[in-house]
Amino acid sequence: MTTTATNPVPARSRPLVDGAAAASRVLAKLRHDPAGIALTLAAPVMLVLVFGYIFGSAIAVPGSGDYREFLVPGLFVTIAFNLIPAMIAMARDSGRGVVDRFRSMPISRVAVPFGQAAATALYGLGCLLLMAACGLLVGWRIRTGIGPALGALGLLVAFQFAATWIGMFLGLVIRNEEAAGQLSVLVLPVGMLSNVFVPTAGMPAWLRTIADWNPVSAVTAAVRELCGNPTAPTNGAWPLEHPVLASLLWTALLLAVFVPLCTARYARPRD
Amino acid sequence: MTVAVVAEGLVRAYGPVRALDGLDLVVPRGSVCAVLGPNGAGKTTAIRVLATLTVPDAGRATVLGHDVVRDAALVRGSIGLAGQHAAVDDDLTGRENLEILGRMHHLGRREARRRAGELLDRFDLADAGDRLVKTWSGGMRRRLDLIASVVVAPPVLFLDEPTTGLDPRSRTEIWTTVRELVGAGTTVLLTTQYLEEADRLADDIVIIDGGKAVATGSPDVLKNSIGVRVDVLVETSGELAAAAAALAAYTGGDPEVDAAGLRISAPVVGTAVSVPGVVRTLDAAGVAVLDAGIRRPTLDEVFLHLVRPRHEEAAA
Ligand SMILES: Nc1ncnc2c1ncn2[C@@H]1O[C@H](COP(=O)(O)OP(=O)(O)OP(=O)(O)O)[C@@H](O)[C@H]1O
Ligand SMILES: [Mg+2]
Repeated sequence: MTTTATNPVPARSRPLVDGAAAASRVLAKLRHDPAGIALTLAAPVMLVLVFGYIFGSAIAVPGSGDYREFLVPGLFVTIAFNLIPAMIAMARDSGRGVVDRFRSMPISRVAVPFGQAAATALYGLGCLLLMAACGLLVGWRIRTGIGPALGALGLLVAFQFAATWIGMFLGLVIRNEEAAGQLSVLVLPVGMLSNVFVPTAGMPAWLRTIADWNPVSAVTAAVRELCGNPTAPTNGAWPLEHPVLASLLWTALLLAVFVPLCTARYARPRD
Repeated sequence: MTVAVVAEGLVRAYGPVRALDGLDLVVPRGSVCAVLGPNGAGKTTAIRVLATLTVPDAGRATVLGHDVVRDAALVRGSIGLAGQHAAVDDDLTGRENLEILGRMHHLGRREARRRAGELLDRFDLADAGDRLVKTWSGGMRRRLDLIASVVVAPPVLFLDEPTTGLDPRSRTEIWTTVRELVGAGTTVLLTTQYLEEADRLADDIVIIDGGKAVATGSPDVLKNSIGVRVDVLVETSGELAAAAAALAAYTGGDPEVDAAGLRISAPVVGTAVSVPGVVRTLDAAGVAVLDAGIRRPTLDEVFLHLVRPRHEEAAA
């Protein structure tokens, strides 16, 4: 045979290599987007300023707690639950044919979304740490110890990883960058419908039930508890009475639903 | 002859639209096959089925003997794909685009970087290589897209309209690249809207319309298949009608009249013709002929001959 064009890639896949390549793709894009990074970094500062000082002056926290110390854990969760970048990135990739190219290659189709999710979580970790620094500046404190605080960080990272999978799945379904951008307006209220900004006790009953069972509320309550910050009344709602366990269960449930949905959707031959 | 790609009776429907409606196709190894067809003929759908991105409703297809549905993983190991819309990452540099694909092909970091540099140099993109792709021109992007599908040279390459929207120079460069790849043993199946591209590049042409092949063969075979044509140039526009009528009778074909150019062109249907015969015929009809010639049809004419009547049927 005279052919020199050979393809050395066997059909056997190497998920770790593929996943690492997919992750470095996400990180390389971030590197080229200093404006986007600056915006992400500015967001926590703005949130602390707007909510902590403007709203905080009018919102009373149960007990004698400081509102900003009540708020900062909720902002951690708001940041962790920000699934919009993952959704938009995936919608863009599948709208433009990048996903098609990957799917026509002999790579592990599960590894690529995993790599993307891992890279997104890594970036999210950076955002969380920055938010923590902002929080410390405005009076938020860890009143327990290093162990529980690391536990809170672990919960947040895991929750963020789960939220990323929701975002990627939505992006794959939408397949259109602009539509995904428009949908992001609907995602925001999901984070608001919780105990992040105000205790749920004052909400109308039906709204309070939704907010109490919102996973964002459970994780927020867990972080408050683990860091020894002021907590909100639980209204007898199970997730708020056992926030750490509820957060773990919510995270596990979201992963159990969205990882298979997302990978199946990613791998499935489409129209 | 060993075959690289075979499609038999492929069907793929999207609701009521039968994008593929019994497509047959054979591409010998080491050759270039051009799939031609009007918009909506099913070219992209055919490529997507062959590249394992879409599952056919009926029929079967193999790439290097691997079934595109059952052995999709093996097929993916032997193909490269450049889709109709450039699938490069705008937010990365050209070099990063190629490096990441190299790593996904398991070249290893160092080798992927070396290969990316080599490809950029070879395809004259080295200067722009470290700029974000979103700052590149459309032609450069298209070229990057093509290169991205050969980071690891695949035995079989699918290109969906690789030169649409490119200027003549970029188009020629893509053609050169394709020829080089074929020289190195790659089999290429490409779709195109440009008849000239098929004529210059392809060993075989498959004309598809309504999701199935309406003609198959080498450019020469296709041109011969619809017979030769007679072209004449007359002196005044007053003579056009008489000349057309005389030519219709002589050739048995339906002449096309270019009134502004004073030219008439008629296909020859089932008779023998000669240049002196044309001149004598027109002379007898009282037409002064400035120029007369017999030629083979262009691929455009073959294409229109095969494709247009069906659409007129559909419209009627
Ligand atoms: N995902 C889809 N959903 C619905 N209809 C589709 C889809 N993909 C293709 N079609 C329809 O199938 C037919 C063939 O489409 P295809 O894209 O294969 O044509 P094409 O020959 O590539 O056209 P073009 O030259 O415009 O690229 C068209 O009528 C198109 O509208
Ligand atoms: Mg097409």
